[in-house]
Amino acid sequence: MSDGPANDEREPGGSLSAIDKASFKRELTDVVPHLRAFARGLCGRPDLADDLVQETLLKAWAAQDRFEPGTSMRAWTFVILRNAYLTDMRRNRFRGEYDEGVAERILTAPAGQEEPIHLSDLHRALLTLPAERREALLLVGAGGFSYEEAAQICGCAVGTIKSRVGRARAALTEMLANGSIPRRSSDDDVAHSAILEELDEVAAGNGVSSRP
Amino acid sequence: MASNFNQGGSNGEGDDGAHSRPPEWADGLKQLYDSVVEEALPDSFKDLLDRLDAIDPARGKGAARDGRDTSQ
Repeated sequence: MSDGPANDEREPGGSLSAIDKASFKRELTDVVPHLRAFARGLCGRPDLADDLVQETLLKAWAAQDRFEPGTSMRAWTFVILRNAYLTDMRRNRFRGEYDEGVAERILTAPAGQEEPIHLSDLHRALLTLPAERREALLLVGAGGFSYEEAAQICGCAVGTIKSRVGRARAALTEMLANGSIPRRSSDDDVAHSAILEELDEVAAGNGVSSRP
Repeated sequence: MASNFNQGGSNGEGDDGAHSRPPEWADGLKQLYDSVVEEALPDSFKDLLDRLDAIDPARGKGAARDGRDTSQ
């Protein structure tokens, strides 16, 4: 996210050739479904997630002269989306809410268990995690990013990502194993305040956008 | 209800560290993610992508303001 134009073929003013612009737009278009999936995992509600993606697309478009061709558009836009999410969380304090659309789909029915795990269980459990662990798990476990890539996106050390993913996995395993997944109403507040507490730390210490 | 079940065999929370083998629900994360990736793109995104060409990236701040307006 450097604005140093040192090894940049483009004009310093940030104006791009028509070809650059077209290929940027093509790449941006291609990652929209992934942005929607990441956003949905972060904030739960489809409508809020899509608002976040639209905001991200506009910001990415406005900042396209800072995108280095050949690097991962998905990773670059995820950083923008993540920062927009953190900002919105702090500003609006919107809460992670469940996506009713995933409601009763069966995820897996492990041998030896009386009841199958439903996708909705996993989804609800995921949304109770502190934001930083949730995003780490989403990036690695759902988005298929390496620990190194996830660390770059979140602006933290690889070891930190590994630790967050490990804790997130342990928490989800615990919740799913014990059936201790918070239900809809009151537990939300607990989860929500936990998220907000961690947010301050995340946003203050680890913002990628503040790095050179 | 569905989540209220007894754990059968061994699970991943043992003593072998934070990230041993992925837990059995791990595939569900990909399912959640992929199910959104595979959704048809809503028209609002097509409209937005169409509109981008009209927004000059050099006027980044103006574009950001536009974004705020449209996202309500």
